[in-house]
Amino acid sequence: MTFSILLKRLGYGVLLMLGVVVLNFLLIRLAPGDPAMVIAGEMGGATEEMLSSIRAEYGLDQPVLTQLWIYISNVATGDLGQSYFFNQSVTSLIAQRIGPTILLVLVAQLLSILLGVFMGVIAARRPNGPISAFVSVFATVGYAVPVFWTGIMLIIFFASVFPIFPVEGMASIRMRNAAWYMQWLDIAHHLVLPAVTLAIIYLAQYARLSRASMMEVLGSDYIRTARAKGAGERAVLFRHALRNAALPILTVAGLQFGNLISGALLVETVFNWPGMGRLAFDSILRRDYPTIMGVLFFASMMVVVANILTDLSYRLADPRLRGKG
Amino acid sequence: MTFMSRLLGAASIAALSLTAALPAVADGTVIIASTQVPRHFNGAVQSGIATGLPSAQIFASPLRYDDNWEPKPYLAESWEVSEDGLSVTLNLVDDATFHDGEPITSEDVAFSIMTIKENHPFKSMFEPVESVETPDEHTAVIKLSQPHPALLLAMSPALCPIIPKHVYGDGEDIKSHPANTTPVGSGPFMLEEYTPGESIVLKKNPNFFLDGRPKLDELIVRIIQDPSALLIAMENGEADLYPFMSGSQEVKRLEKVDHLAIDAEGGAAIGPINWLAFNTASPKLEDKRVRQAIAYAVDRDFIINALHRGISKPQRGPIMEQSPFFDDTIPAYDVDLDKAKALMEEAGYADGMDLTVDYLPGVKEQQQTIAEYLRSQLGKIGINVTVRAAPDFPTWAGRVSNHDFELTMDAVFNWGDPVIGVHRTYLSDNIRKGVIWSNTQSYSNPKVDELLAQAAVEMDEEKRKELYAEFQQIVTDELPVYPINQLPYQTAYDKKLTGVPTGIWGPLSPMDTLDWSE
Repeated sequence: MTFSILLKRLGYGVLLMLGVVVLNFLLIRLAPGDPAMVIAGEMGGATEEMLSSIRAEYGLDQPVLTQLWIYISNVATGDLGQSYFFNQSVTSLIAQRIGPTILLVLVAQLLSILLGVFMGVIAARRPNGPISAFVSVFATVGYAVPVFWTGIMLIIFFASVFPIFPVEGMASIRMRNAAWYMQWLDIAHHLVLPAVTLAIIYLAQYARLSRASMMEVLGSDYIRTARAKGAGERAVLFRHALRNAALPILTVAGLQFGNLISGALLVETVFNWPGMGRLAFDSILRRDYPTIMGVLFFASMMVVVANILTDLSYRLADPRLRGKG
Repeated sequence: MTFMSRLLGAASIAALSLTAALPAVADGTVIIASTQVPRHFNGAVQSGIATGLPSAQIFASPLRYDDNWEPKPYLAESWEVSEDGLSVTLNLVDDATFHDGEPITSEDVAFSIMTIKENHPFKSMFEPVESVETPDEHTAVIKLSQPHPALLLAMSPALCPIIPKHVYGDGEDIKSHPANTTPVGSGPFMLEEYTPGESIVLKKNPNFFLDGRPKLDELIVRIIQDPSALLIAMENGEADLYPFMSGSQEVKRLEKVDHLAIDAEGGAAIGPINWLAFNTASPKLEDKRVRQAIAYAVDRDFIINALHRGISKPQRGPIMEQSPFFDDTIPAYDVDLDKAKALMEEAGYADGMDLTVDYLPGVKEQQQTIAEYLRSQLGKIGINVTVRAAPDFPTWAGRVSNHDFELTMDAVFNWGDPVIGVHRTYLSDNIRKGVIWSNTQSYSNPKVDELLAQAAVEMDEEKRKELYAEFQQIVTDELPVYPINQLPYQTAYDKKLTGVPTGIWGPLSPMDTLDWSE
């Protein structure tokens, strides 16, 4: 039963990705200028012959629909093409970048869920208390503030006022030859600001959501029963209430994954984090079509996979849904 | 909450100690911070400063240049130009080897020059080269169809890397050759590791043909595209050298940093000129008096001292003012609004006109700010200016190269000899739609064509200067472009560094004498 559901989800996923590929392909070509122009720009000029040979080399002299067809058939065989700009296969460029992005997104996700839910639970205990008010204000502000602004403010603060965290990059180049654990520490050190920046928006949402969800659950009969049995406050909150309140959080966590990846694009750009988001940003400016397409392809694949996983975990967490289509 | 505060405290201490654990300066390593992302490292087929900087470290060239524009031996220990100017003989050093240990021979020189001739975007560099003869392993004779005084500057590190024939001559397309990103070079540094768009790690070439060089063990280019993050890295010592710095805010901020020094002189041969270009094919701009009126209305001093806070140098003509070919007597068009209005009236535009100005989306204060300044300034002579923004380079280049513009702020580079970077803007046979930095102004003057053709082949330097002087007089009178200033390509570096590349090619020179002082 679960297997057929999985198949169905996968089928939707493939269709969705096909749509993403076609739409992106057409959208990016609406932008004025082409890669040959960008390459000429990097070189300080080029001759006519050179421009047309670049266009011929990349197949840009073909009709757009032909190019689209060639691209889709290549993608179907797992070939994402060569980057116009970096002279490397898109797959290898993405392979270099996907690790940092996943690291950033997962850490930010974990951070926002753990802290957000914790804040929400604390707030739900006394819905009219000062902590609850603080959580509400913090949540609204955190959600409203653009992620790049938060990033820049953190950079300013930690660069000039309290310089304990590095403000750009993923690793210090001087640590290149250090022991592996030092390198890991170095990466963790670099990860703090970008992860916090990215987590703040979502943290706010989880806090609001878990506060609301907990308040609802805390008013229900079985909580009163648990309390009547003499269960401690901590057990009531975290064992009885949170388990039920967690379902909507789980749903949102899965849906948020796509937003997190797009948020990562901005955060990576602000913090010079060597991930896929920055690769996408750089490629758009350079009209590096295969790289943009490749990054979007991978990003949408990650979202599809995350949604499927959420779906499955949802079923695991909630016995009522098991076996339902 | 005490737990939380303790946790925070512990985290800060850990973070602080990690920061402190980083060595301030690693011995023998210099970290260059750059905003430039190279496509690859093969300067034989890719020009521009992004590739040029690493390429000049990885590859040696026949010649290099001193601060007075005089050629100096590099891979060629000596050279002779024949009387008729039709052949140039290079005598190569004996013991030079590529990074893979193979000897560098005249065959490689011949292969490199012919490859550049066929593939480099600056066609004029080696266009007159008919062949390169190799009478023996260490002698290369360049045969020319006509005298070519630009040849020697074209053999500089930034333009003429000597690449190994046994690697790049394997029949694969040189422009997308895999060895372009994994180069086997001939220069002072070898590529150890490249992370596209992130960092370029170069290590010392222990068998470099110049004894005792390079001085450093490691040269690392760290690419930081966000300028504010880059400045922070320079301030706190995470990077040691920042080339091609061109924003006044950056310069002013790093000037205040105690451990940094700034060089504002290097790189004159790169020759970046910031100018206002006119589409002379536009009916409104075909009369040179309108173009002159605009030039008289623009206050160059205000731009340099107020908009650029004094960091740019003025530039009056098409050839860099530091170049031996610059003619000092050309008019400067010092601001004169009355004269400007009179010229507009003479041209029949007493009631003014509407114009649109585009700008290259580069360093904001160099192009966009000037474009915006033009709106208020030209308003004073009755010209109603609309500033048309471009979100990115391809958008702007698409418009300008297809002659879809009236005025545009642009920066065009000299690249050494005028033949390489100057002629292209003015030659009437270089009006080519779709090609950026060709003669997009549609300027055509047979006399200019003739002067440039003569200057391209004149081997007598004095006579050549005269030809270029006449050319400069004409084009500063007819004004297809109005040069305003030189882009302030400055280099910020740690004061403890010696041998910082400040010559005519600036950071596009081999950094083989760069070192930490004792």
